[in-house]
Formats: sequence, C-alpha cells, structure tokens
Amino acid sequence: MTLFLSFARSLPLPGRIGLFLVCFWLLAALAGPLLAPYAVGAFVDYDVFSPMSGKFWLGSDYLGRDVLSRLLWGARYTVFLGLGAALLASVTGTSLALVAAVHKGWVDEVVSRTMDTLISIPSKVFALVMVAAFGSSLWLLLLIAAVTYVPGNFRIARAIALDLAAMDYVTFARAQGETPIRIALGEILPNMLHPLLADLGLRFVFIVLLLSGLSFLGLGVQPPHADLGSLVRENISGITEGAPAIIAPALAIATLTVGANLLIHALKKGKTA
Amino acid sequence: MAGAFPQFARKAPRGASVILHLVGRRAASALLTLLLVSIVVFTISGLLPGDAAQETLGQSATPAQVAALRHEMGLDRPGPVRYVQWLGGILRADPGQSLVANMPVRDIIAERLPNSLMLAGFTAVIAVPLALAMGIAAAVHRGGKVDRVLSLATLSMVAVPEFLVATLGVLVFSVKLLWLPSIALVSSEASLGDTIRSCALPVMTLTFVVVAQMARMTRAAMIAQLDAGYVEMAELKGVPFGRIVLWHVMPNAIGPIVNAAALSLSYLLGGAIIVETIFNFPGLASLMVNAVTSRDMPLLQSCAMIFCAAYLLLVLIADVVAILSNPRQRA
Repeated sequence: MTLFLSFARSLPLPGRIGLFLVCFWLLAALAGPLLAPYAVGAFVDYDVFSPMSGKFWLGSDYLGRDVLSRLLWGARYTVFLGLGAALLASVTGTSLALVAAVHKGWVDEVVSRTMDTLISIPSKVFALVMVAAFGSSLWLLLLIAAVTYVPGNFRIARAIALDLAAMDYVTFARAQGETPIRIALGEILPNMLHPLLADLGLRFVFIVLLLSGLSFLGLGVQPPHADLGSLVRENISGITEGAPAIIAPALAIATLTVGANLLIHALKKGKTA
Repeated sequence: MAGAFPQFARKAPRGASVILHLVGRRAASALLTLLLVSIVVFTISGLLPGDAAQETLGQSATPAQVAALRHEMGLDRPGPVRYVQWLGGILRADPGQSLVANMPVRDIIAERLPNSLMLAGFTAVIAVPLALAMGIAAAVHRGGKVDRVLSLATLSMVAVPEFLVATLGVLVFSVKLLWLPSIALVSSEASLGDTIRSCALPVMTLTFVVVAQMARMTRAAMIAQLDAGYVEMAELKGVPFGRIVLWHVMPNAIGPIVNAAALSLSYLLGGAIIVETIFNFPGLASLMVNAVTSRDMPLLQSCAMIFCAAYLLLVLIADVVAILSNPRQRA
C-alpha cells in the first residue's frame, strides 16, 4: 500500500488522475456484482428513463431497469474483454517479433510483410470485415480485437527486439552457443518488458474504444450480455430527454479510456525524463 | 549562368528525375500493399466463412439444390480462381450484385461515395487550420500554460469515443438549443444552407476526433525544428522570435506538418463509421455497417477496399510530401 502511494506521488497531476480513474474502473469491474443494488435484468422502475434519484442513483433505462446495476455489470465486459484482448494481442505480437528478430532472413521478411499488410487496413474496417465473416460471440470478439491490434504491437516489439539483438551481450550469448529460444526469452525479452507494458496499455485503450464502438453499432457484444457500448446503444432513444441512462455509460467509457491514456503518458514521460 | 556552372545545369534535371523515381517507387509499393490487402479482405470475407449457398437456401434445401446454386455462384471453383475473378470485377469497377438491395454494388456506391467525400472535405477544411493553429501555438509556447492545457486536452480527446462526442453534441445543439437537426438529411434537392446545417453535427464530431491527433503531431514537428541549430543561431544573432518562427522555422516545418495532417486525416475513416451511423448520414461508412448487419458480402468487400485504398492514398501523400520537403530523404 505504501509502495502504491509513493508510486502515485511520483506521478504528475494528470498521471495521478489517470491512475485514480483506472483503479476506480478496475475495482468497479471486479466488485461490480457485489455492489450492484439490483439484479442486472430486473425491471424495477415503473417509469422509463427516470432521472437520478436516491432509489436509482443513475436513473432507470428504456425498460425501467436500474442503470447503475447495468453499468457495473457492463464495466465487467468492457474492462475484461479489453484486458484479455490487449494481453492476447501483445503476447502474440511480441512472440512473432522475437521469432522475426532472432531468425532474421526470410522468416522476418515474411512475417514483417504480412504485418505491414494488416496494419494498412484501418482497424475498424478490419474488425467489421471479421465480424461480418465470423459473427460476434464474446470469444470471437476477443479474438477479433486481438487480431486487429497484433500488427501494431508487432511493429513496436520488432523494432525494440532488433535493437537489442544487435547489442554486444546478445552477440556474446550467441558466441557462447546459447539456443535461439534461450536468447529470445532469456536475453532479449526481459529488457523489452517496460516499453511493452506501455504498449499494452495503449492497446487496451484502442481495444476498449473499438469494442464499445462495435457494440454501439449493434455489431459487438450481443444480448443478453451487455458491455458499456451496448448500454449506450439500447438507451439511444433517451437522448431527447437527456436521460442519465445514455450519458452515464458513455461517460464511463470515456473516463476509463482517457484515464488509461493519461496514466500511460505520465509513465512514459517519467521514464524518458 | 549555366555556362559558368555546368555542373549545376546538369544537376537540376537529375534532381527532378530522382524525385520522380522515388515517388514512383512509393506509389508502386502502395499499390502492392493494396493488392496484398485485397487478398486478406477476400480471404476473410469470401473464403473462410461457411458455405454461402447453403446459407442462402437454408437447412431444408436438398444437396442437389445446394450444388446447383454453388455452381451458379461460382463457389465450386478453387479459391485462387475466385479471387482473380473477384479482383477483376473490382478493377473493372463492376464488383457484382448486392445480395440484399438486389442492385449493382457500383450504383449503390456511386450514390453514397460523394456524400462521404463531402463530409470528409468539410471536416478537413475546418479541422486542418484548427489543428495547425493549436499545434503551432503549443510548440511556440512550449512548457508554458497554453502548451500544458492544450497537451492535456488533446491527450484526453484522442481517447474519447466518437459516440460520446456525438451524443453530447445532439444533446446540446439539437435537444436543448434546438439549433441543429440530429439526423442528417442529404439529398441533391436540398439547398446548400440545409446541407450545411444537417452536416454541422457530423462534421463537428469528426473534427473533434481528428483535431487532437493532428495538433499533437504538428506540435512535435514544430518542436523538432525549434530545437534545430539554425534557430539558436538566429536567436544569437538577435532575430525577433516571431520572425524566427515565420521566416526560419515555418519553411522547414511545413513538410513535416503536411505529413502529420495527411496521416491524421486517416482517423477520419474510423470516425466516419460511427458518426455516419449515428446521424443516419447516407455515406459510404454507414453503408458498410449496413452491409455487415445484413451480411451482404459483395457490398462489404467493395466498401472495405475503398476504405483501404483511401487510407493508403493518405499515407502515400504523407510520404511524398516528406520526400519533397526534405532533400535528405531523396538520397
């Protein structure tokens, strides 16, 4: 705890705000079901799109369900799908980058060329084509989001790995007869972790924006599941009344992504300065 | 003059041909990438999904019916052959029949594309000057209040989802103030004033999405120049700072700035998908979303290819500007 506090104190103000927002949403996603005052699908209000009140903190939605409860459940889908896909994208991209950097030659050529091609497809277009072809169950969405952001991670990881692979200590390890796998995992990978962590955070932001965008279009998380983007979509008719049912989930996504972005930026800056 | 310095007279045309050669090579590489992209798009949307014939006919169809339709749709031919035919169709600007609308994909796109280009054009006209002003102001006041506020604002803006901006825009300007329509009605009969009014909210949202990234990149490009040795030299000579920025830094920064602007405009493509759908704007991006919803593959593939081509074109423009503006890149 003290370690965490001193870490928080070392950040500039925007970074601290970011850290607070990220922790807030992580906790909300973890403990959401325990905190939710009502069952997620229960019709608890006779009115629809009712405003904020003591009984329904964030009002009720288009069917008279409690928005706060649905928001807490929605945050789970958004945060965990985003984290899962970001991790999968980073692990895949970095593994490919290590293979490319250690083998060089035609392996590198083929993998790099493939990734260059994939990165030339705008991410939303790529995701839409994949959703049209394969559908959008939760697992597919996770995979689609991960595949969409593998090339970006690969490009960064490959650049770092190639730099490291050219360093004297790696040449030394090679001369000692270490196997390529040992060089990749034991010598190169440990020195890549810090910048890769920052990249993981960025992927998370992109993926949360992509998936909630897809859900907003009705092409992402499908009922009965609902992430934050789905909540914005299903309550869109509440906009004429300015109902909290539509504003709250939209703000929730924005605070999560903006917070994560501020935190990453502060961490990156702290490292270079 | 040419007689006195023959080496210069010979050098000029060679410089131009070097540039042409470089630009040609970039263009060729962009075309190659586009070809590879088309393979990816076709493989994902045309080869990997299940049997389209089976799907069209449903579970109750007899195997003979399915086989007949597969033959008719050309699904019984090997993948590479189908790809070549598909590509040929796109190159002849005749990508086939839309399955849902039952009319040629070409006609649907011809109707929607101008609307999207108009939307992109309006956005660029507003976003580019705004972003350049923000980026240059931040760079000139580097480390000061203006810079810190702008940098925090743009850093936050890049992570805000488009639909939040659109929703708040509708809430403020159509619901509360009743200034602007929340649905974009665009037709050839509408007057220019009406068109601008109905495009206002979509353009505003897209501008918000594009400006942040562009301003950040402009700032970086300006600062790279401000840190250069010649600026310090000019400062030491006593040249006023405003003059340094205008006469010394700007000519050198213009290339990187145009490069940044072209690259950031590619964010329009992703933003348009959400924005056109929210405002019911009859453009290419909302068409593509409809194609996904109705699994209209020929239409989807054509839209996707147009988006990819537009993206590669913007990147190519950025590259070419970088080559033209920086003699060192010509080596």
